[in-house]
Amino acid sequence: MVEAYIYDAVRTPRGKGRKDGSLHEVTPVRLAVTALEALRDRNKLDTSTVDDIVLGCVAPVGEQGADIARTAAVMAKYSETVSGVQINRFCASGLEAVNMAAAQVMSGNSQAAIGGGVESMSRIPMGSDGGAWAVDPAVAMPMYFVPQGISADLLATKYGFSRDDVDAYAVESQKRAKAAWDKGYFKKSVVPVRDQNGVEILAHDEHMRPTTTMQTLASLEPSFKGQGEMMPGFNAVAMQRYPEVERINHMHHAGNSSGIVDGAAGVLIGNKEFGERNGLKPRARIKGFASIGSEPTIMLTGPAPSTEKLLKRLGMKTTDIDLYELNEAFAAVVLRYMQKLDIPHDKMNVNGGAIAMGHPLGATGAMILGTLLDELERTGKGTGLATLCIGGGMGVSTIIERM
Amino acid sequence: MINYSVDSDGIATILWDMPGRSMNVLNEGSITAFADAAQKAVADEKVKGVILTSGKDSFIAGADLDMLLNTDTSDATAVMNQFSQLQRMFRAYETGGKPWVAAINGTALGGGLEICLACHYRIAADNKKAKIGQPEVKLGLLPGAGGTQRIPRLLGFGMAQAMGVSQILIEGKDLSVDEAKNLGVIHEVVPADKLLVRAKEWLMTPSKEAPIKPTWPKAPNAVDARAVQPWDRPGYKIPGLPGGQIWSPAGLQTFIGANALVSAKTLSVYPAPKAILSCIYEGLMLPFDSALKVETRYFVSLLRDPVAKSMIRTLFFGLQDANKLVRRPKGVDKQDYSKIGILGAGFMGAGIATVSVQNGIDVVLIDRDQAAADKGRQHVADELDKQVKRGRLAQDKRDALLAKVTATADYAQLKGVQMVIEAVFENREIKAEVTKKAEAVLGVKDIFASNTSTLPITGLAEASVRPENFIGLHFFSPVEKMPLVEIIMGKKTSQETLARALDYVQKIRKTPIVVNDSRGFFTSRVVGGYISEGIRMLQEGVPAAMIDNAARLAGMPVGPLTLNDEVAIDLSWKIVQQSQKDLGDKYKPSGTEDGAGAGRGREEERRRRGDQEAAALRAGGRCCALPGRGRFDRSAGRRYRLDHGSGLRAADRRHDLADRPGRRRQIRRRVRCAGAKVRPAVHAAQAAARHGGQGRKLLRQEQGQSRLTFRLIVCGKGGFGRPCLLQPQ
Repeated sequence: MVEAYIYDAVRTPRGKGRKDGSLHEVTPVRLAVTALEALRDRNKLDTSTVDDIVLGCVAPVGEQGADIARTAAVMAKYSETVSGVQINRFCASGLEAVNMAAAQVMSGNSQAAIGGGVESMSRIPMGSDGGAWAVDPAVAMPMYFVPQGISADLLATKYGFSRDDVDAYAVESQKRAKAAWDKGYFKKSVVPVRDQNGVEILAHDEHMRPTTTMQTLASLEPSFKGQGEMMPGFNAVAMQRYPEVERINHMHHAGNSSGIVDGAAGVLIGNKEFGERNGLKPRARIKGFASIGSEPTIMLTGPAPSTEKLLKRLGMKTTDIDLYELNEAFAAVVLRYMQKLDIPHDKMNVNGGAIAMGHPLGATGAMILGTLLDELERTGKGTGLATLCIGGGMGVSTIIERM
Repeated sequence: MINYSVDSDGIATILWDMPGRSMNVLNEGSITAFADAAQKAVADEKVKGVILTSGKDSFIAGADLDMLLNTDTSDATAVMNQFSQLQRMFRAYETGGKPWVAAINGTALGGGLEICLACHYRIAADNKKAKIGQPEVKLGLLPGAGGTQRIPRLLGFGMAQAMGVSQILIEGKDLSVDEAKNLGVIHEVVPADKLLVRAKEWLMTPSKEAPIKPTWPKAPNAVDARAVQPWDRPGYKIPGLPGGQIWSPAGLQTFIGANALVSAKTLSVYPAPKAILSCIYEGLMLPFDSALKVETRYFVSLLRDPVAKSMIRTLFFGLQDANKLVRRPKGVDKQDYSKIGILGAGFMGAGIATVSVQNGIDVVLIDRDQAAADKGRQHVADELDKQVKRGRLAQDKRDALLAKVTATADYAQLKGVQMVIEAVFENREIKAEVTKKAEAVLGVKDIFASNTSTLPITGLAEASVRPENFIGLHFFSPVEKMPLVEIIMGKKTSQETLARALDYVQKIRKTPIVVNDSRGFFTSRVVGGYISEGIRMLQEGVPAAMIDNAARLAGMPVGPLTLNDEVAIDLSWKIVQQSQKDLGDKYKPSGTEDGAGAGRGREEERRRRGDQEAAALRAGGRCCALPGRGRFDRSAGRRYRLDHGSGLRAADRRHDLADRPGRRRQIRRRVRCAGAKVRPAVHAAQAAARHGGQGRKLLRQEQGQSRLTFRLIVCGKGGFGRPCLLQPQ
């Protein structure tokens, strides 16, 4: 098997995914182009040596539709021979795109490919692409569909986490993100978004609330209590799949769940010859990746089994991993993963995560992989694992090894 | 059967009037006759318009359920052809180019309403007794003659309209004429005597619109606009949805909410509400004729599902048989009741008094002193006042009803009653004493009935001088709301006494079942087996929430542990004590009489633990929660809340035992055991409902199983959104 190397990883800053967010005025194509241009320019790429661009995007409709990856490739003035494909594995789309790009290289069918993702959640709201899962009665009912927030609260209840547990985790995420920004840990990857005149629009993650404390979070009402207990009563749906849970404790809210933001990311992957030809030094090797399906109603338990599957295949143990990045979709997701696999908090999301900085659905997976790589390099550590929970009950994990 | 006439103005009238029946129904004969008449009207060039009406007090009461129950459903294609006939016939006159008016003089239910929905205009008489609706869902079916398609197309399916549509189709609610008008199901309400005049007037008034080209296949270019349904017009959009689109934000939200609501309310036990929602979702995206096919496919899937047949058999035929006193011995004159006596003015006695006076029977309510008797009378007053408050009873009528209750401690007042019902404590000695006191006053033909819930009637009858007149009438609490009465035959009870006791139950409008005598009779044994299996699983470490939720997911309205709370653990204890006292060594815990659960040396241990638990409960004064671990916590603001949130121990969480296939299988197996306990109970209930005292014997012969039967037996009418096992309706 050909080795797949990471040569570079970039991301845009994450803008608040609302009408007053700094990136709301920027089209998703422009966000994706920003990441692709940065990969091209930073590495003085001969783009004709890149075979394909794989971009994750979770709501590929409207201006994110019609294969945004190809549109972005052309708009970023890559060689016209560079094809583009948009993929959707919900929240893990960005990491899945990297894995698919790596698979092309590993199989020998591509010399180099870019994996990444884009999501302008302020312009194309979550759920814009519809889907039978929640809507078609013949699908929603047998699948016991519940909104993800109900799943998160169910997960927390079932595995014994309290409101204090999840809030404390959220406070720590904010603290770590602030410290990382203050110390410049993200500098290597973050490329500012600029307008057509080169004027900077956004250069930092603007969703962070570093002043967050347990007290400020305590004032927030749980977000999914109404959906669960009142009309239409999703808790009663969840109970049918989890009859052992007597009642769901609602505890997730905007402060301990991932932020809605806009952003894009790209990871440049190639074989050894690609690096030599472009005069690039590989930064890390992709050791392996795995995806898995898990129970769809609780939905968010996939990361642990995907990690176990991958570790088993690679003949590794959790202790072989120096650093973990698990997307902070909801605080309970990370708490459960650490509980299940016995991972210490000081190896997990050491520079904060999506609770502080936000979760641009299609791009996050590629973003956290870049964060992981930067931190391995900064600390001189060897092996890192990135993973995400996924809608519909799935998990994806990728292990990289610093060169 | 179907009278067809055409007047000089070219208006045809199709009059439904099925001979030998009080109501019109859709069966093979009437459907064929109606199809002929409809075809004639469409084909006859002289006919300009058609009035559809009925010669009965009601319009059409729906389809003949015998026909549905007896359909051979093995060949799905054949069933589809058979059950799309009505759709095709309705569609033929709906697209026949002539205006049809339904003149709805009374109740139009099920297919009787669908026949009207295919007419272009619907006028109803202001008949207060008329019910308009699609009750198919209550019998596990869906309206299969276009109802699932025409109603949402008529009313719309945005958030606002979806409520109305689901009331009609998914809850199967009967509407009054005015409600139907307000929702848009019918166009006009007129005085009954103006109904046909107005129908003809509408047909004789030319359309203000220009003729239009409908969208149905091979439509002529210009059709009278009055003869084109909204959904057959060019540019038709589903009301309430932006652009008429389901795949609009409003449409998606409606369906996401509706899916959850139906799933939550039915706990996925009933297939019909889900199928109806699918008909709406899939159908509203299709042209009308394709949508009808979708409806037929779902209809056939329900007809082929044992749930619908069980519901029809139980909730319709079984209930009807029971209410018609199918078990009443023949050759005994019907007994009317004008005055009865009730011994014991507690909650049960007072409840029996309430339902008796409400049904026109005078009551002598006796307790050991005047104050106790007055307290019972006050209960009757309180119940009647509730009715007054809700506007269901006038104050003067309330006073008259209350005046029917004589509260006293004097047994001599029993003079002239036709029956005495004893509702004193579950104690043999007390019961024997009051029996003797009452019989001293009673005549030789008067019935003495005991409302005991557990003590065998034959034994109690030993205190009686006339054991042939002694019978068990087991009511359920609260009597005002629980529809079932269990009638227990003692060894010496006469057939005449049974017949006359049944007459009383019918008079107070309850549903009787007749069973033979045994400890716990029928219902207490069923309920006891159910509860004890739940407790046994709890003792074995199955999470409490799992037990109760799994039971509900098996179709039981209440879990066994919650049920135990509701009937009070204290009462179970007293019953167990009395049984042990009576039986000595022969005593076996409820639910193990047939040797179930015995062996492997575990039963002894379970019993010991069970007794310990019950003793601890009593010692702690906590009749409704286990000390320490606790089964239910009534202090948490809600009445029945399990103490331990997830039901999993910390160790289970850590190691995720519940998620491991082995552990999960183990729990499921235990839960199925509860189901296994329920199943014989269900069979027995079914057998008892139809065959009375022979129920136990027939138990093993009953092949078809239906969890719904239990619901009928213990709680009478069930149905979507009305969980009611031993629960008030």
